[in-house]
Amino acid sequence: MTYVPAPGAAPLTRMVAAQVLLEVRLLLRNGEQLLLTAVIPVVLLGLLTAVPVVDTGEYDRVDFLVPGILALSVMSTAFTSLAIATGYERRYGALKRLAASPLPRWALLAAKAVTVLVVEVLQVVLVGGLGLALGWRPDGAMAAVPLLLAGTAAFAGLGLLMAGTLRAEATLAAANLVYLLLLVLGGVVIPFGQFPDALRPVLESTPTGALAGGLRSVLADGDGLPWAPLVVLVIWAAAGTTAAARWFRWE
Amino acid sequence: MSVPPAVEVDGLVKRYGTTTAVDGLSVRVDSGAVTALLGPNGAGKTTTVETCEGFREPDTGRVRVLGLDPRRDSAELRPRVGVMLQEGAGLYPGAGARELLTHLGRLHRHPLDVDRLVERLGLGGTGRTPLRRLSGGQRQRVALAAALVGRPELVFLDEPTAGLDPHARHSTWDLIGELRGDGVSVVLTTHLIDEAEQLADHVVIIDHGRLVTEGSPEELTSGPGDDVISFGGPPRLDLSTLRAALPESADVREVTPGSYQVAGVVDPHLLATLTSWCATNDILAEGLQVGRRSLEDVYLELTRRSAR
Repeated sequence: MTYVPAPGAAPLTRMVAAQVLLEVRLLLRNGEQLLLTAVIPVVLLGLLTAVPVVDTGEYDRVDFLVPGILALSVMSTAFTSLAIATGYERRYGALKRLAASPLPRWALLAAKAVTVLVVEVLQVVLVGGLGLALGWRPDGAMAAVPLLLAGTAAFAGLGLLMAGTLRAEATLAAANLVYLLLLVLGGVVIPFGQFPDALRPVLESTPTGALAGGLRSVLADGDGLPWAPLVVLVIWAAAGTTAAARWFRWE
Repeated sequence: MSVPPAVEVDGLVKRYGTTTAVDGLSVRVDSGAVTALLGPNGAGKTTTVETCEGFREPDTGRVRVLGLDPRRDSAELRPRVGVMLQEGAGLYPGAGARELLTHLGRLHRHPLDVDRLVERLGLGGTGRTPLRRLSGGQRQRVALAAALVGRPELVFLDEPTAGLDPHARHSTWDLIGELRGDGVSVVLTTHLIDEAEQLADHVVIIDHGRLVTEGSPEELTSGPGDDVISFGGPPRLDLSTLRAALPESADVREVTPGSYQVAGVVDPHLLATLTSWCATNDILAEGLQVGRRSLEDVYLELTRRSAR
């Protein structure tokens, strides 16, 4: 075998495609990540639709639940899973080693963004498909796209901020804790109306609360693009990505 | 056109807080050669290499790699340089060896054949096992392969054989020899003297972030006063009377318990002084031998001196 030098970077598109492929494969292979991104959303949707545990007020249970579960799915991928995976890549020096490869740093971030979107598309198909099978009849859909994108940006900024500043173990713990808290408090399965009035604006201002509320008004109420939740998500996205760009440490 | 040096480090200073990791180091690495940065732990080897890799910015001084600035010209340099981080770091814990190497290969235009590379490094049996479940030595070899897969013209290997068993170590040494044979410039760090002696065309001994000495292994062990007499005896002998009897140019020390060495200008007179001291003290000098100092002797003496 010869080691005669023949250096050169691959074309950019091939590098990004290869990186996306690797990231998606690693994600889908990881049992804990799949639990968060696929199993929990599907089980919650199936279970809570079948069993009247939560009072969904004026909504059909499935109409109420699908938007919330979609918000949970986005949080699980763009925040929890991204934060944990990136935290461990940083801890094991994978990010550092990749920084010495021909792949530019911005291209790595682009690959991570595409990876998140690919997984989210799979989640929308999974959750939406199950919802339809359970009798979900969405009123509108297109207005949900800007909300999903803004929510993804908000969660990804916060996830990367956590992964790039905390130890991997701390990121693991904190990301799971936030997931659990916002699952309960973020309007995913419990309507905001069941919380004290004073708490409501706070809960609706969390990224999960804004995304779940916004998706619900589009998909369940058939409203147009709801500006208030969108603005909340854009503010979170701006703050999170700015802070991540400022404080993220690669090693 | 003359070939520029593979690496030029000129007056490099790097501090972390109040600690000075590299303190005015200047090193020149020839293209196509194997250069070893040899020094004790904490000597500044990794900091120097990581500055060349573009991970650290020099506080003062100048670093050029293949004639380029590792930070400013990073995009141009990265495809041409292979990097192996210390302790086999830099691997995706969930990926398999072949999977990771295939991926890194895809980032390059003319990668090595991954199957053959995997076989060459004895990683064929690892299959799809995630890297986090491989042994330290296996991960170390994956990290080495990762440095090579893009067919670089220069590789930086930070302690490439740390944690390897003797077989794997020799296999890695052979591989580094093959790299040199194919015209790849190699910079490696090690605190193993035999490794530097076996592998390197040029050895750079550094300690406390400063250059102690440099040269080929032959040059480093052939200076005047580089002869030694070694002998064995009871451990912890009182050497003060012997030291007093020896000429100024010579000294004696206990290398390991029960193993002694007289270094200096070795001549028959010095040998007679030694044996007569042994006779006086009723010591039977076992395995008495006159010879050239090893690189280890030079290294220990120089790094001890700089520690004072």
